[in-house]
Amino acid sequence: MSKKTLVEVNINGEEVEFLCEPRQSLLECLRDVLEMTGSKEGCLTGDCGACSVLIDGRAVCSCLMLGVEAQGKEIRTVEGLADGNTLHPLQQKFLEHASLQCGICTPGFLMSATALLERNPNPTEAEIRYALAGNLCRCTGYDKIVRAVLDAAKSMKSGVRTSRAA
Amino acid sequence: MKANGDKARPICGGTDLIIQMRAGVRQPAVVVDIKKVREMRELKFSPKSGLKLGAAVSCIDVAENADMRRHYPGLTEAAHLIGSLQIQNRASVGGNLCNGSPAADTTPALIALKAKARIAGGKATRDVPVEEFVVSPGRTVLKPGELLVQLLIPAPAPHSSDAYLRFIPRNEMDIAVVGVGASVTLAGGVVKAARIGLGAVAATPLFADKASESLIGKKLDESALETAARLASEASSPIDDMRGTAEYRRHVTGVLTRRALTIAAERAHKH
Repeated sequence: MSKKTLVEVNINGEEVEFLCEPRQSLLECLRDVLEMTGSKEGCLTGDCGACSVLIDGRAVCSCLMLGVEAQGKEIRTVEGLADGNTLHPLQQKFLEHASLQCGICTPGFLMSATALLERNPNPTEAEIRYALAGNLCRCTGYDKIVRAVLDAAKSMKSGVRTSRAA
Repeated sequence: MKANGDKARPICGGTDLIIQMRAGVRQPAVVVDIKKVREMRELKFSPKSGLKLGAAVSCIDVAENADMRRHYPGLTEAAHLIGSLQIQNRASVGGNLCNGSPAADTTPALIALKAKARIAGGKATRDVPVEEFVVSPGRTVLKPGELLVQLLIPAPAPHSSDAYLRFIPRNEMDIAVVGVGASVTLAGGVVKAARIGLGAVAATPLFADKASESLIGKKLDESALETAARLASEASSPIDDMRGTAEYRRHVTGVLTRRALTIAAERAHKH
């Protein structure tokens, strides 16, 4: 058992400190140490993207990053997407387009799509498909996901932020 | 690295290493994060001295760099083809080379550009041509305690460019069945210099020397392309696996060689 290391990060806008073993992945740190279980464990080989989180604005597989490597980074996870009870437009459009069935892949898709729309607020369908190529979904066949991202881009451009209650 | 010798392994993006550690393929006692070493983070292009590409520069930083896109479009394409965005955001070109896979996408592109690997940590710093860096699948010339610090690529001569093509059954998230990198320098309507790098068609990435030399002094016409494609095909020694048969790979090597040379030459005209 290795000595634990103190890691200081910013997660979803909050300064957070945690202790982890050097061998623990960031995904393990999020799920098991910080009890943030929004990010999912899928393949553990970087193929499925279920564990995708944003590090300094870029999507990475948190299963392929060590927790200690996150020192000083800004991490964003699916838990930080909604604003209180108001869903993020991507979350709202995923619901409206029925872009999920079992839902395991959804947090990863949402984070990859968030990274895409922040860099490219008006993506084409092809650009969306490339940007989401590192996220696998075995339920939906992807079309509904792609449509939700297109629609979310549209609603974010028009500045309309729909709420779950509405 | 020095203190721990062959028990230490550097980590950059971790997109190969962490998977290998989880699978028990590599079991380093110590993992050394090299991402804070200044020389390894450097991406510096000069029209005179060429490119210094730090071993820890991520594929996405390569793909989004204006100098890279303009002067080394083939290498840039190769970096932008590896895995998914999640992988490109972490993985480095240097790590792709050090992982030593025969199917690494950026290695044939580096070979085409005559890149040298600058290695530190031994008695003296040494430079090794990239085509000699990988010695067998997963093994490189790096000795215990040594590190790849930078990749050095010569400045492109006038009317030069490069291209990288790979064949895979889908567009993203796959491992090359065949990968071909090509660079071409044109002068007065003929080929002044050319280099062809091959991936996934032998135990290590290859420099197709005969195919490359066959083009020198020739117009890049149908017969020159045909000869280069045949010689590249003959240089390959692929295996049968789930991604394709050896015969198929040999054939595709020729096809991609011809196409990569054509694209590189079209780009070279514009420079």
